[in-house]
Amino acid sequence: MGAVFEGKGKEMSSSLTILFWILVVPGTIILGLVVSWIVRKVSALVQWRVGPPLFQPLYDILKLMGKEILIPQDANRTVFLMAPLVGLVGVLLLSLMLWRVLVSPTETAFIGDIIVAIYLMVLPSLALILGGSASASPHASVGTAREMKLVMGYELPLVLAFIVIIIKTAGFVGQEQQLSLYAISQHVPVLSISGMLSFLIALLCIQAKLGFVPFDIAEAETELGSGVLMEYSGALLALWKLTHAVMLVALPLFLMTVFLGGYGGVHLAGVWKFVAILLLLIFIGGRLLANRSKFMDVLALLSFIVVCILAGLGKYVLILVLLILIKNTNPRLRIDQALKFFWVYCGIAMVAAVILASLGYYYDINWL
Amino acid sequence: MWSLKKSVWVFHVNTGACNNCDIEIVNCLTPRYDIERFGIKLVGSPRHADALLVTGVVTRQAAPRLIDVYRQTPKPCVVFPIGACACDTGIFRGGYHVVGPVDKIIREEDPNAIIAFVPGCPPKPEAMISGVVKALSAI
Repeated sequence: MGAVFEGKGKEMSSSLTILFWILVVPGTIILGLVVSWIVRKVSALVQWRVGPPLFQPLYDILKLMGKEILIPQDANRTVFLMAPLVGLVGVLLLSLMLWRVLVSPTETAFIGDIIVAIYLMVLPSLALILGGSASASPHASVGTAREMKLVMGYELPLVLAFIVIIIKTAGFVGQEQQLSLYAISQHVPVLSISGMLSFLIALLCIQAKLGFVPFDIAEAETELGSGVLMEYSGALLALWKLTHAVMLVALPLFLMTVFLGGYGGVHLAGVWKFVAILLLLIFIGGRLLANRSKFMDVLALLSFIVVCILAGLGKYVLILVLLILIKNTNPRLRIDQALKFFWVYCGIAMVAAVILASLGYYYDINWL
Repeated sequence: MWSLKKSVWVFHVNTGACNNCDIEIVNCLTPRYDIERFGIKLVGSPRHADALLVTGVVTRQAAPRLIDVYRQTPKPCVVFPIGACACDTGIFRGGYHVVGPVDKIIREEDPNAIIAFVPGCPPKPEAMISGVVKALSAI
């Protein structure tokens, strides 16, 4: 962290900080809607179609909000109504934790937050299982059963992937620090063999968590109608759509924080100084050289923020495009194929990665 | 409802069609017509739908199912009888198995239902898109 950045951060008025934390939840939801448009648009372009307009996800949500809510006669009303709220709240909490780690880590992050984040990541899937099984529909029950098996399938390699990263981080930081997301985001585990392996497998697990195509077994439009969401209508369906939209922001952001070194401010320390000098040369010339030091500070801060945003955006878009391309180039797996894939192939690969990471930690070899 | 016009999710109900209209409906989703441009999307559950695309004369067996599906659709919703059979039973008029047309069955359930006809055997995808647009601008 540049000293400049922290110094300016303290000077930032507290009302502005409060405003940021008030706006971060609606901001995340709006970002999620934009990202779900990107997913639909890129899918359309891959299929040589034109695709929906930018505000399409917003129109969908507004329309669903205005429609009638039907609750099946045999459904468990309380669980049926609560499940979408639980899902949305869980995923919003996850995104809030990630924003804290990315925006103001020194004040608000705590040790052990990666464990909390892993738990919060399960909440949307758990809510989906609850909602599906409460809706008293045969289609939804089949979907729920599949979702349950899928969760059991991908949680094993996903948690192993995070264990690899925790082992790798232990080599850099003090006792117990390796459990904090902030410490983990200070290096780039993906630049090692075990880190690369766990990144790729975590990407596939995220694909399953989002219900994207090779793993959309629980929704399975062609055989189950819409599976777990079969009986949801109106505003409740809109909540599910919002949950999915926020997941599209939070999960790639989580991968970025854990595997790719956050928004990369630290590793690009050299770059932001270079950009600052470049900006200085281009924009001010000789006239402002008299009060250069103050101006340089502001410029350095500005360029630091710009580089961070660009690097963070680049990494996020990289993960998102990988997810969309996997989604558009694969057929759906059967549930038994998906389970075998996650437990046998990904499981073995992840055990190998854990062993490699432990060896690397023991013998102090960073690239293992 | 303004946003309903921008995002129409349709559910496809076959009440005894010869499959020709169904093929033309699927044709709307292809890159050539790409109705997702207008926010129209085919969904798998009547609970998610804003419009029912009904094809075929309504047979004795299909009539109670059509009513079920209509009742399962959250209101406001529009019913589109697609093709000559669905609009006025076509060449099957007076058949022993026919209780339709579609609008008669729907009106029995809900006299105030919004129904928009798209005739043709089968109707062209352009005709369906124009039918959806006209019906929604009338709401």
